[in-house]
Amino acid sequence: MAPSTLTAALLIARKDLAIEFRTRTAFFSAVVFALLAIVIFYFAWDPTAVAAVDLAPGVLWVIFTFSGLLGLHRSFGVEMADRAIDGLLGAPIAREAIYLGKALANLVFVAAVQVIAIPAIVLFYNMPLAGRAALAVAAIALLAAIGLTAVGTLFSAMAVNTRLAELLLPMLSLPFFVPIIMPAAQATARLLSGRPVSEAASWLKILIAFDLVFVVACMLAFPHTIEE
Amino acid sequence: MTVPDRTSPAIDVRGLTRAFGGRRAVDGVAFTLRGGECLALFGPNGAGKTTLLRMLAGLLRPTSGTARIGGVAVPGGPAVRAAVGLISHASLLYGALTALENVELAAKLYGVREPRAAALRALEAMRVRDRAATPVRALSRGLQQRVSIARAMVHEPSVVLLDEPFTGLDAAGAAALTSALVALRSSGAALVLVTHNLDEGLSLATHVAIMTAGRFVRFEERGALDAPAYAAAYRELVARGA
Repeated sequence: MAPSTLTAALLIARKDLAIEFRTRTAFFSAVVFALLAIVIFYFAWDPTAVAAVDLAPGVLWVIFTFSGLLGLHRSFGVEMADRAIDGLLGAPIAREAIYLGKALANLVFVAAVQVIAIPAIVLFYNMPLAGRAALAVAAIALLAAIGLTAVGTLFSAMAVNTRLAELLLPMLSLPFFVPIIMPAAQATARLLSGRPVSEAASWLKILIAFDLVFVVACMLAFPHTIEE
Repeated sequence: MTVPDRTSPAIDVRGLTRAFGGRRAVDGVAFTLRGGECLALFGPNGAGKTTLLRMLAGLLRPTSGTARIGGVAVPGGPAVRAAVGLISHASLLYGALTALENVELAAKLYGVREPRAAALRALEAMRVRDRAATPVRALSRGLQQRVSIARAMVHEPSVVLLDEPFTGLDAAGAAALTSALVALRSSGAALVLVTHNLDEGLSLATHVAIMTAGRFVRFEERGALDAPAYAAAYRELVARGA
């Protein structure tokens, strides 16, 4: 009996993470990019003109967006080398399982980059992040990562067959990232400036709403993007 | 094995057409194969053979016409895909994973019971079990082809679509593939074998066809077909660019 959608998705996610764990190319690229960007922003920053609490949330989300794109681009790239995607499409599993598996692996990838980048930002910009605020920032980062990977996985599948995939993926994805990045950045800014968690709640609700919309819409759209 | 019925058609193709822009890569192809039969499909490059196989595998939608696998139109749902095994030009493997991991992943996605044991059996059948723990990217082209065949056979499909499967295989690999195909046919599977090698095709086939410019220009039972005369006719058709 063929596996359920969830089981197949977990198999595909596990396979993608195993490949990334062995090659580590995209992860190291993303982490090095994130750390370099933090350092460059830090040295370009004039603390007498802009306060750290005003700059850090912007830096954080610029870094997440672009480092995430590195992993998203590779997501369907590994399927094209020897047309392994045909093996997945020919298997008796729902197309949605391929999308979910890929998105899940991308989510782990982006979250792993965040685990390294957030402490680096806190360290460089001397942010007072602890206790409930730290947990809230982690929750925002995870929710934003869900939205980014939901959209990015779909566009990675669409862009991979084109000759300008590296250019096309950010061009397609970035406009759709805005509704995710904006509430995430606003909520993070409030938490990093020491405001209570309740002040970020309304932005969190917007973030959750967009996550739901993007996950459902992208999963429904995915089968149409890969069928020839 | 999901469709071992030898009385009803395992593959039933009627007026199958696929156009890319204004060009018809496959143009009104029709044939029927029952379980245990093998169609050897010959034709020059660009004749539409791979496009035909991709439609039968459910990877490409026909522009018009129908293809049925075990009575179900393709591209169908998971049930029809479970019945098909595809050996393609490309290996369909992940280079960073080992041979065993690749075949085991396929077994799991097809819902094979005891996937690891099934994967090891498939690798054994292709005489590549001793390389089970080797990453695919470290294998030679021929060994990758054997792993690719094991991947396609691990769920014991009732319809096997083979696109130039002997390419890159040495004598041992070719012998292993031939015996695997003979065993599949004996167990009731229907095979479509695309090849440029007339001897290999004719030795396995119950039916033979020549495809040029998207059409079947000849389709007949292998039976008592005179191989040298058929080879001469094929060469003439290809030379004419029919």
